Amino acid sequence: MSVLLGHVGTALVVVGALVLALAGVGLLRLPDLYTRASAVTTASGLGVGLVLVGVLLHHPSLGNTVKVVLAVVVQLTTAAVGGYAIARAGYLTGVPLAKRTRYDELGAVVRTARGGPERPGRRRRPGRRRGRG
Amino acid sequence: MILIDLAIVLVALSLLAAVVRLVRGPSDADRGLAGDLVFFGFVALVALVGLRADSEVVFDVVLVATLVGFLASLSIARLVTGGKR
Repeated sequence: MSVLLGHVGTALVVVGALVLALAGVGLLRLPDLYTRASAVTTASGLGVGLVLVGVLLHHPSLGNTVKVVLAVVVQLTTAAVGGYAIARAGYLTGVPLAKRTRYDELGAVVRTARGGPERPGRRRRPGRRRGRG
Repeated sequence: MILIDLAIVLVALSLLAAVVRLVRGPSDADRGLAGDLVFFGFVALVALVGLRADSEVVFDVVLVATLVGFLASLSIARLVTGGKR
């Protein structure tokens, strides 16, 4: 039983490391900040979670289970929070979107909130600033 | 055991990719994102090395690291926007 758990744990550890390596590939190869943020947050949450559960299956006990479950839940939650904060900061400082981006719905909202009531003379058509295609 | 070594190498490659993005990254937010991945990879690396060394102490280390890890991301986000929200 314990040997079987160990094999399953090793498999989970390797799969989690593969997911983390894929996060690295995505960080290198994807075209802009927002797709990279998507790759890093989702893949790192999943990868670290799989690695932790795999390590737990090698040392199964009640205390370790409590620790790992808490760590995985916190990891899945906070990885999303951190990635969202960084991508939002990038958007607010004007990091450009990829050429392939089709919809920029946040852009119209941000421009209205910033330039609307303060500079009423300069009206722009929404959604055309960054270009498309 | 060789599979655990393989996993360690994979995580190390991921860290290497993050460092490349840290050096090249066109914006500060890219660098913050790369630092994020370095942190997560390091957490996984601590767990894997603990598994390799047959130690159970790493569960506490990993729990604390995941509890406080996102504060670094939030701080970097604040730094990128220059203190504004």
